[in-house]
Amino acid sequence: MKCGLPVIFAVIVALGASWIGLVIAPALQLGTLKETTVLNTTDVYPPQRTGAATLGLQAYRANGCAACHTEQVRQDGVTCEVVLTDAGKNPSAVTNLLTALTLTGLTKDQAEAVSGKITAAGGKVETHIVPIGSDLDHGWGVRRSVAEDFLYDNPVQLGGLRAGPDLANIGLRSPDANWHLLHLYAPRSVNTDSKMPSFRYLFTVQKIGAAPSPDALNLPAAFAPPAGFEVVPKPEARQLAAYLLSLRANVPVYDAPFTPPAKP
Amino acid sequence: MTANETSHPTASAPEIDASCRVPLLALLVGAAVWLVLGTALALIASIKFHAPDFLAECPALTYGRVAAAANDALVYGFCLPAALAVSLWIFSRLSQTVFTLPVVPVVAAHLWHLGVFVGLASILLGHSTGFTWLEFPRSASILLLVAFGLIAVSIVATFGFRLERTLHPAHWFLLAALLWFPWSYTSANIFLVAMPVRGVAQAVIDLWFGNNLLWVWFSLAGLGIGFYFISKLTGRALNSYYYALLVFATLILFGTWCGIPVGSPFPAWIPTLGSVAAALLVVPVLGVAAIVARTLCGVSGPIGGPLCYFQFAFSAFILSALMLITLACPQFSRVLEFTWFGQAQVQLQIFGFLAMILFGALYYILPLALGHDFPFPKLTRAHFWLSGIGVVLLVLPLAVGGYLQGTHLYKIEAALPALRVSTLGLFLLLAGNLLFAVNVLAMFLNWKLALAKTIFAAVTAPLKASEVKP
Repeated sequence: MKCGLPVIFAVIVALGASWIGLVIAPALQLGTLKETTVLNTTDVYPPQRTGAATLGLQAYRANGCAACHTEQVRQDGVTCEVVLTDAGKNPSAVTNLLTALTLTGLTKDQAEAVSGKITAAGGKVETHIVPIGSDLDHGWGVRRSVAEDFLYDNPVQLGGLRAGPDLANIGLRSPDANWHLLHLYAPRSVNTDSKMPSFRYLFTVQKIGAAPSPDALNLPAAFAPPAGFEVVPKPEARQLAAYLLSLRANVPVYDAPFTPPAKP
Repeated sequence: MTANETSHPTASAPEIDASCRVPLLALLVGAAVWLVLGTALALIASIKFHAPDFLAECPALTYGRVAAAANDALVYGFCLPAALAVSLWIFSRLSQTVFTLPVVPVVAAHLWHLGVFVGLASILLGHSTGFTWLEFPRSASILLLVAFGLIAVSIVATFGFRLERTLHPAHWFLLAALLWFPWSYTSANIFLVAMPVRGVAQAVIDLWFGNNLLWVWFSLAGLGIGFYFISKLTGRALNSYYYALLVFATLILFGTWCGIPVGSPFPAWIPTLGSVAAALLVVPVLGVAAIVARTLCGVSGPIGGPLCYFQFAFSAFILSALMLITLACPQFSRVLEFTWFGQAQVQLQIFGFLAMILFGALYYILPLALGHDFPFPKLTRAHFWLSGIGVVLLVLPLAVGGYLQGTHLYKIEAALPALRVSTLGLFLLLAGNLLFAVNVLAMFLNWKLALAKTIFAAVTAPLKASEVKP
């Protein structure tokens, strides 16, 4: 081969294919994604993050939180679970049936067969959809993450390493803003085994004025500043905490259905 | 089918080497500095897992910023400019002409290193874009892009003026690399930074770019340079040309589709395509193994000499490719995804593969280009041992740690002992890279000194009688 042009042509075709497939196609398919509705309701999903949480995403970006935390929950699949809602007129027969049958971890067909038998015996049942997977077993979420969860975020930082826990639902697991502020200032004050770096620079250690600041952190003695001083979060710390609280993907959507627990 | 470099009445090898001298130095002095800085930042990031409060008061040195800056310093600061430097020398040699437009890469090198400086400073000050491997803000990206374009144009110009018309396999790989970086870097920056697309499409494009930089671009550059040098150092033709063609075609066809994690929140076709493409990468991996085994069969160079660097680098390439394939396999990815195993693969690709290829090539090229041996030739062998052991101590513990982490509910405690060993590996790498930088900088200073002496001698020389006006 003596001419460079065939090489360049082959390269343009091969590389261009992946460019069209993994840049242009996702930009067209996912880049035009719209809000969806929560399954079986008319609620729009996702809700806009608050102003503070939107700013908090920028604090999350600036400090490279995504270097250690993912925001994506995986799921292996779904199973069905048959739940008795009403034993009907012949409770003993239904109870006998319930002990004899497997009610959890069923496929759709098995669940239909089981609920058919119980209904025939006079009981009333509901079939629940239950997502399964190791991430869900860790308590990191109730369903897998879907594209809609990140609709309003810029930049989207899914993360690629779990040096720390997944944060896709941290707002559900730790719904207290003060806990997050304590954790950011002194991670080991709330979790002795934590390897998270301290983000002390997001806080001001200041002399207590005429009265203690209402925002001052209530730190354990081992992490508290010297007497007469208090630790007050800077706006970035509050925004970051607001962002973390806004991370909650707990409603069923078309791409990731599940049966939410009944409201009391 | 390799170019026979002595059969034409063309520029002599010393002339060609001398024509590359200034562009090489302009690219490499900065690259050596970023190499040491990047390894040092990686070491700081690694130490944070031993002592989380280490340097905690300093916002610029928080883990998230230091880790990103370390990676970018190594990739954009060292790997890319050094690979460009080696490429421009290879293109001149294969073309059997002196390097055309030697001023262009010198200007470009300064723009490039300025871009890296702006980018790293921005990351450390909290102005990163937040996209993995694209952390540099717009100003820095534009500088890098312009600089890369200028260097690519001058290399292609040299290629256009070539006197030896036959193409070497290195030509295909390096030409593809010269085209692919500006293409992927521009489109990723347009879709993510200039006019950001909505939602998770950003994550897909970011993952696509990361894979195309670290896997495809690194492989194109590394294999191109590596194939040229193993045939040059052994004096044998690449065995064989057709295997190289197969590797090249399958690499750009399949490799460019990988890199999307299996469980990601994208439509299922995207990760599925990635897994299938990764499985097909077995073909280029076997091809590389066959080429290296057949070309280097029965050859042994001096231990620690340039050939050792290439042998190590090709082994690292095969291992890193197998790790990539493992990560894309759904059964294994459930355990290994989002663990240190992925980081181990990235570090192997950077330190074990491309950096080793570049060290081997530069230890061969620089003495030729400057016309004298390294000031400390023994250090070039010490560097091989420090880097080789360092890579093993960095990558192996990270991979094992990743497995332990994945089987222990992602608890960092499970991986901690392994992380501690990997810090030792980084320490050895830093020591080795310092030796490289010392040699390159000493060579550069010698050259500057010699230049200054020549100028001084010319200025102070007594005027010839014929030049004096009566």
